[in-house]
Amino acid sequence: MTKPIIIDGQLVEVEPGTTILQACEMAGVEIPRFCYHERLSIAGNCRMCLVEVEGIPKPIASCAMGVTDLPPNKDGAPRKVLTASPMVKAAREGVMEFLLINHPLDCPICDQGGECDLQDQAMAYGVGGSRYLENKRAVEEKYIGPLIKTFMNRCIHCTRCVRFMTEVAGVEELGAISRGEDMEITTYLDRGILSEMSANVNDLCPVGALTHRPWSYIARPWELEKTQSFDVMDALGSAIRVDSRGPSVLRVLPRNNDDVNEEWISDKTRFACDGLRTQRLDQPYVRDGGRLRPASWDEALGLAAQKLKAAAPDRIGFIAGDLVGAEEMFALKDLSSRLKVKSIDCRQDGAKLDPWLGRASYLFNATIAGIDKADAILLVGTNPRVEAAVLNARILKRWRQGGLKVGVIGEAVPLTYKYDYLGAGGQTLQEVADGRHSFTEVLKGAQRPLVIVGSGVAARADGAAILGTAARIAAAAVEGKDAAGWNPFNVLHTAASRVAGLDLGLVPAKGGLDVAGQLDAAARGKLDVLFLLGADEIDVPVGPTFVIYQGHHGDRGAHRADVILPGAAYTEKSATYLNTEGRVQMTERCVFPPGEAKEDWAILRALSGKVGNALPYDTLAQLRTELYKDVPAFARLDSVYAAPIDGVSALAKVTGNIGADPFVSPIKDFYLTNPIARASAVMAEMSALKKTMQGEPRLKAAE
Amino acid sequence: MLQDKDRIFRNLYGFHDWRLAGARARGAWDNTKGLIDNGQDWIINEVKASGLRGRGGAGFPTGLKWSFMPKNDPRPSYLVINGDESEPGSCKDREIMRHDPHLLIEGALLASFAMKAHTCFIYLRGEFIRERERLQAAVDEAYDAKLIGKDNLNGWDFDIVVHHGAGAYICGEETALIESIEGKKGMPRLKPPFPANVGLYGAPTTVNNVESIAVVPDILRRGGAWFASLGKPNNTGTKLFQISGHVNNPCVVEEEMGIPLRDLIDKHCGGVRGGWDNLLCAIPGGSSMPMIPAEQCNDLTMDFDALVKLKSGLGTAAVIVMDKSTDIIKAITRIAYFYKHESCGQCTPCREGTGWMFRVLDRMQRGEAEKREIDLLYNVTKQVEGHTICALGDAAAWPVQGLIRNYRHVIEERIEAHKAIVKEAAE
Repeated sequence: MTKPIIIDGQLVEVEPGTTILQACEMAGVEIPRFCYHERLSIAGNCRMCLVEVEGIPKPIASCAMGVTDLPPNKDGAPRKVLTASPMVKAAREGVMEFLLINHPLDCPICDQGGECDLQDQAMAYGVGGSRYLENKRAVEEKYIGPLIKTFMNRCIHCTRCVRFMTEVAGVEELGAISRGEDMEITTYLDRGILSEMSANVNDLCPVGALTHRPWSYIARPWELEKTQSFDVMDALGSAIRVDSRGPSVLRVLPRNNDDVNEEWISDKTRFACDGLRTQRLDQPYVRDGGRLRPASWDEALGLAAQKLKAAAPDRIGFIAGDLVGAEEMFALKDLSSRLKVKSIDCRQDGAKLDPWLGRASYLFNATIAGIDKADAILLVGTNPRVEAAVLNARILKRWRQGGLKVGVIGEAVPLTYKYDYLGAGGQTLQEVADGRHSFTEVLKGAQRPLVIVGSGVAARADGAAILGTAARIAAAAVEGKDAAGWNPFNVLHTAASRVAGLDLGLVPAKGGLDVAGQLDAAARGKLDVLFLLGADEIDVPVGPTFVIYQGHHGDRGAHRADVILPGAAYTEKSATYLNTEGRVQMTERCVFPPGEAKEDWAILRALSGKVGNALPYDTLAQLRTELYKDVPAFARLDSVYAAPIDGVSALAKVTGNIGADPFVSPIKDFYLTNPIARASAVMAEMSALKKTMQGEPRLKAAE
Repeated sequence: MLQDKDRIFRNLYGFHDWRLAGARARGAWDNTKGLIDNGQDWIINEVKASGLRGRGGAGFPTGLKWSFMPKNDPRPSYLVINGDESEPGSCKDREIMRHDPHLLIEGALLASFAMKAHTCFIYLRGEFIRERERLQAAVDEAYDAKLIGKDNLNGWDFDIVVHHGAGAYICGEETALIESIEGKKGMPRLKPPFPANVGLYGAPTTVNNVESIAVVPDILRRGGAWFASLGKPNNTGTKLFQISGHVNNPCVVEEEMGIPLRDLIDKHCGGVRGGWDNLLCAIPGGSSMPMIPAEQCNDLTMDFDALVKLKSGLGTAAVIVMDKSTDIIKAITRIAYFYKHESCGQCTPCREGTGWMFRVLDRMQRGEAEKREIDLLYNVTKQVEGHTICALGDAAAWPVQGLIRNYRHVIEERIEAHKAIVKEAAE
């Protein structure tokens, strides 16, 4: 039942539970605010959103007052809210003045300048001058880690950061001490925050109290080119905005995307961008007498083509890495089939995911937004906190609403929410599958259960058996339930390229070798040429195998390479990525690749020409036309289409023995998971900090 | 004047035994079961009929407050008794808790029964060490005598938890008090939801002052009509008045509501120091209430309605008397300092405004200000008042407003005198 309310003469009907502030927004009336944030709990402490309600003598904080909580008018007429009355104007000016009396006037040197809520609202709702003659408050500086630069004199005590840390990041490491005007936001022990999501407080801070430390004093917001794109640091595909100036990406900020990341991103997504400027491959190289020397494109491509032509097809291997886009994988697949090469694989980690079982066998089928509806979650061999920090925050959000049971099989790590630890490995999984474990009942009793399998267990030698068992648990959990369209089986990938690779069928054809097979063949001298497309997470054995590396960073793959073809990173090309739920998203080119580096599909096209078997497309548009002909779903940008549940049933038929080793997450160091992050000084610093802080016995005792 | 037969606090000064035996001799715990057997509605109606208004400061009718508790709610209900008594000038609740604790405990049982609460929390101010020891001892006695506890003689399962605060003024605000009991930082909650709907641990809760609860057993035994016959209409009953400051005998005394201020001071406190004519002003209800200048004190009666007419309030009935030797600006500056110190820091106007008001006043008391700053100061108090989450903002603003309303000429003279000295020194 809706309730009518009149906002500045405009009648709006609102649902129960709507606040006055939301009703005002529906009526198109802007209400200034500092502490209120849609995704955080309501604090009502800044008092900037005061409005007048006719018949009530005091102004009312509109963010906290529900429309239905207003006492009705005596004659039953809808309440009238005034947002431009003299009382409201005076109240706003008063609050604004209070906020500014102790706020330093250092806007010219403040990094928030130009995108500061306080600045903007002071212009719109404040008065011209100051009447405050006393000294301004000075607050001792705080250290809260290498990502967040503090300037606590500027703090207006809105507590958005405290609420974010507690409610979204799930670590209670930020809080307020002292009373009254001495109140200070602090980490209590003057130490950095151990959260993968911490830097979101920089965005939330409405003033310049918390800013990006790696970005401090580098640029002004209005100098930056802003490009909307998607993240590839994990398999979620968080929506981001890339801010660049000239040739360099300066920062990455989150964009709103309720289906994936809401408006949060992980610290890695945000701060690994300095790695885009270092360790770059900016020109082709050729190994000459054991040393890599700069070469021309002609020479490098010529040498690579010559080796490819010379080798027999069954002595050639192709491996696609974790950060590559669908376009270059399509081109690579095309090239391999033209060369009649059967050994092609996109599963660098050796995951036993088989695309021929059906899409549902390797997707996060319930979708990320589906977590909001789940009432039981079984995590199998995954630590979502490091594998997909934003997804973990989503689970926490659901958990905080109550009525969610989480069970974990794998490592007993802190996940920010409480869970039932079921066991370490296969034995427990088998018990749950056989109904010998109490958690089976939890899953059966749930309306919308979820089974989330980590990519770490899928990569084990017994991965297929584990996936099959998990699929059986998932299938049994929804058996006979009227959960229309609810697919409880989910694979949480860690590589941004994986789903697109599997959709494109970048797996060995019959008689071909997978990644492990190719490496083994290389070690035994049975592989003549190995083509690495951005594959940096594997060690190619030293030996006679000729390694062609195409990628953007001088990382592991490039070190072993005999020819290096410099490519473009995700901010430097328009490429299609499918996230772990199969959502099709396209990145935009924000800056140009450095030096002589080229976009990856173009390099493969040029190479195919040199090989004498040219790919039939000369532009990206032509390539995409071919791609969409092959996989039409890739044309449906920003959407996810449900995979038929048959995939799970097919996977559930896979059986086998599960080894006794405990399940572990594939991510050992959250901050150093890919070549870009490994080239980032900020990520290196965070990684070192985390190691020292976790190694400190004193802190352990205090916790 | 209140007759001895109508006195509720018969051991206010601790001359008699505070223990159970002494309390029983004075009439406490007499047929409590009989009162309970009359039923919940009877208790609430008697309290409503008595016209009892909350003794914590706001003067909200107690019976009405109890009737706001939701009926047939699956959640448990709680009674929370506010013994945080932190308002400067107030010192009545501690006398009850250390000299007549059984009045409070019996009242807590009856009030909890009326609200179907099985648990009552008594929140004590952090500085009340001896009070806590006495109260806890009395609670233990009551448990031992099976007056309270599970399966007690009175037929209503009932537990009392004496909770000791850490000493913050703001924890006297009912929702901050609830937060504090829950183990959180004492910061007021947003209302609505009110505690009667979502209070302690999310359950329906009523928060009452110690004195409001301690008078309940006598009201029920002697009838609401008896209580209503005392005092003035709409301001009924007896009240503990606490007189401090420039009187010859500062004291706490039980008196009828509506007693003239002059009677209160002359009869119970031995008069104003230096005689009635030496009176400068009086703060009638604790430091947060605006002062009443002497000329208005002559015919002033001490009740809620009369004081509101003078733009002040009865508050906790803690009268602070100031004679003509008082530096009134300095006195208000000290009060402003108190509110600056006790502001919780949650919401902007109070956090920033209390410090601003204090600093301007601090200069004004030395005369180091401009006359136009008086209007500025008044304007700042108006920007704080009514814009905050809780009433602390109002409490900080009102004394300053009272000062400017009544003693603007004193501030102006001080500023002029200071200017003259500066000018002389410069010449």
